[in-house]
Amino acid sequence: MSRVLWGVGVAGLVGLSVASLLIGPAGLTPLQAVSALIRGDALAETLVMREIRLPRAILAVLVGAALGLGGAAMQGYLRNPLAEPGLIGVSGSAALGAVLALQTGLAAAHVLALPFAALAGAVLAVLIILALAGPRGGSITLILAGIAVSALAGALTSLVLNLSPNPFAASEIVFWMMGSLQDRSMIHVWISAPFIGLGALILLSQGRNFDALTLGEDAAASMGVHLGRLRLALVLGVASMVGAATAVAGAIGFVGLVVPHILRPLVGARPSALLPASALGGAVLVLMADIAVRVILPTRDLKLGVLTAIVGAPLFLHLIYKTRLQGQL
Amino acid sequence: MTELVLSDFAVSRGPCDVLRDINLSVGPRECVGLLGPNGAGKTTLLRGALGLMPHRGGSSLSALPLAMRAQTVAWLPQAREIAWPMSVESVVALGRLPHLGHGAHPTPDDQNAIDWALSRLGLDSFRQRIATQLSGGEQARVLIARALAQATPILMVDEPAAGLDPAHQLTLMQTLQSEARAGRMVIASMHDLGLAARFCTRLIVLSHGQIVADGRPERVLTRELLADVFQIRAHISYSDDGPVVQPVGVIW
Repeated sequence: MSRVLWGVGVAGLVGLSVASLLIGPAGLTPLQAVSALIRGDALAETLVMREIRLPRAILAVLVGAALGLGGAAMQGYLRNPLAEPGLIGVSGSAALGAVLALQTGLAAAHVLALPFAALAGAVLAVLIILALAGPRGGSITLILAGIAVSALAGALTSLVLNLSPNPFAASEIVFWMMGSLQDRSMIHVWISAPFIGLGALILLSQGRNFDALTLGEDAAASMGVHLGRLRLALVLGVASMVGAATAVAGAIGFVGLVVPHILRPLVGARPSALLPASALGGAVLVLMADIAVRVILPTRDLKLGVLTAIVGAPLFLHLIYKTRLQGQL
Repeated sequence: MTELVLSDFAVSRGPCDVLRDINLSVGPRECVGLLGPNGAGKTTLLRGALGLMPHRGGSSLSALPLAMRAQTVAWLPQAREIAWPMSVESVVALGRLPHLGHGAHPTPDDQNAIDWALSRLGLDSFRQRIATQLSGGEQARVLIARALAQATPILMVDEPAAGLDPAHQLTLMQTLQSEARAGRMVIASMHDLGLAARFCTRLIVLSHGQIVADGRPERVLTRELLADVFQIRAHISYSDDGPVVQPVGVIW
C-alpha cells in the first residue's frame, strides 16, 4: 500500500478514535470531554471518560486489528479469500467458555471470570486442533479439525442455552454472543492487549512465508518455508488474537472476512503487505461500527456484532459480484 | 554445490515402493531430461530428492538445511499455482525470497535477477499485468521466470513445457540448455520425447519406479526402449539440428 493510503488510514484511525471518545449518551461537550479525560478534575465526567469511553475506544481498535490481521493471515495461509479467523474454531470455543461462565453465575461473581473462561475455551480449542491436525498435516486437515471444533463448540453452546434455568439467563447469553463493546472497563483492555499484541507479533513475523505460499505449499517449502512451523505460528497467532478479542467483545463477524478482501487490491495483493494493512483496516472498521451503534439507535443498545454482520454481508455480496464481473473468481 | 547424488534412494507410499534402487549422480553443465510414462515416478523422484517427501537412502539435496537448500536449488512444481492477483513482476520477485534477510528490502542485485528472468521468458511487456488474469501458458512462463530469478546453481522443473505453444516450448528448452551450458545443472521431467532428444545432454528413463536407462539421448532413445517402456513406435533420425524423435504409433 502506498504511503498516501497508509497516511489516510492512520489519519482515519486517529480521527475515529477521537470521535469515539467524544460521542456518547452522557452529553458532554467536546471541550468538557477532553478536559475530563486529560485533567481529571470533574469527578463524574472523568469517570465517564476514563472508565467507559476510553476503554471502549481502545478495545474497538484492539478487537478490530485482531480480527483484520487474523483474517488476512488465515486467507494468506489457506490461499483462499473466503477464509476468516473463526475458521479454526477458536472464536466458537471462546464463546462457549464465556457462555459457561455466564450460565454458572461465575461471570456475575467476578468481573474476570468471563474473559478468562473464554480464553480457556480458546486454549482448549488450540490443543484439540493441533492434536487432530498432527505435526505433518496439510492445510486441509487443519481446516477440517477447525470445522469439527467449531461445530462441537456451537452444539455445546446450544446445549447450555437449552438447559438454561430461566429465560433471563438465556437472553443474557444470547445478547452477549451478539458481540458488543458496551460497558467494558480498562480491566478488559489489560486482559486482551497482551494476547492481541503477542498474536500480532507472531503473525506479522510470518509475512514472507505467506508471500512464498502464493506459489503453493510445495514451491514454498522448496523456498525454505518450514510448513509445520508456519502452521503452528498461524494457529497460535490467530488463536491468541481472536480468542482474546472474543473474550472481551463477544462474536463480531465479517470484519475478518471483509477487511482483507477490500484492502487486497490496494496492496497489490501481496499477503505480507496485507497483514498490517488489514490490522489497520479492521481497527478503522470496528471503530466506525462502534460509533454507528451509538448514533443510530442510542436508546436501544444495538449490538456491534449485529451491525457488522448487517453491513458486512451485503458488502461482501457486492464484492463477490464485482470480482466475478472482472473474471477473477 | 552444483551436484545431486542419490544413493540407494527409495520412496514408499503405504506398503508399496513408488521408487526403489535409485542411484545416480548429476553434475554441473548437465541438462537432464527425466522421462517415463505416467505414474513411473518422475515427480516423486524430484520431490523426494528435494526432501519435500519422506524417503529412504541418501539425497545430497534433502540433507541440506532448508535455507541453504533454497539457495542451492529452485523447484518448479507441476501444479501451476498463483493464489493472488499479483503483478507478474511481484510473482517473479518471490523467487528472491530465499536471498533476502528477514525484513530486508530487495537490492539492485535482486532487481537485476528479476529483470533478467523476465526478459529470458519474454515477459518484459507483462510486468504490470495481473498474473492470475493471464492465459495458462503465460502463467506457466511467469512461474518459470520465478524459478530462474531464484538464481540457484540447480534448477529442477516438473514438466516445464506443458501448456506452452511451440515457439515458447523451443525458447524454454533453449533457455534451460543455455543455463546448463553456463554452468548450472538442470533436471526437467518431460513427456515430449522430441524436445528431450533435441535439447538435453542426458536422459534418465524411469519405469515402474526404477531407472531403466541413463545416458546420452541418442543411446537412450532406441526403438526397443520406446517399445518396452512407452509402448510406442517412433520415427528416429538425425538432422543438422540434432536427433529427431517423433512418435508415430502405439503398440499395445
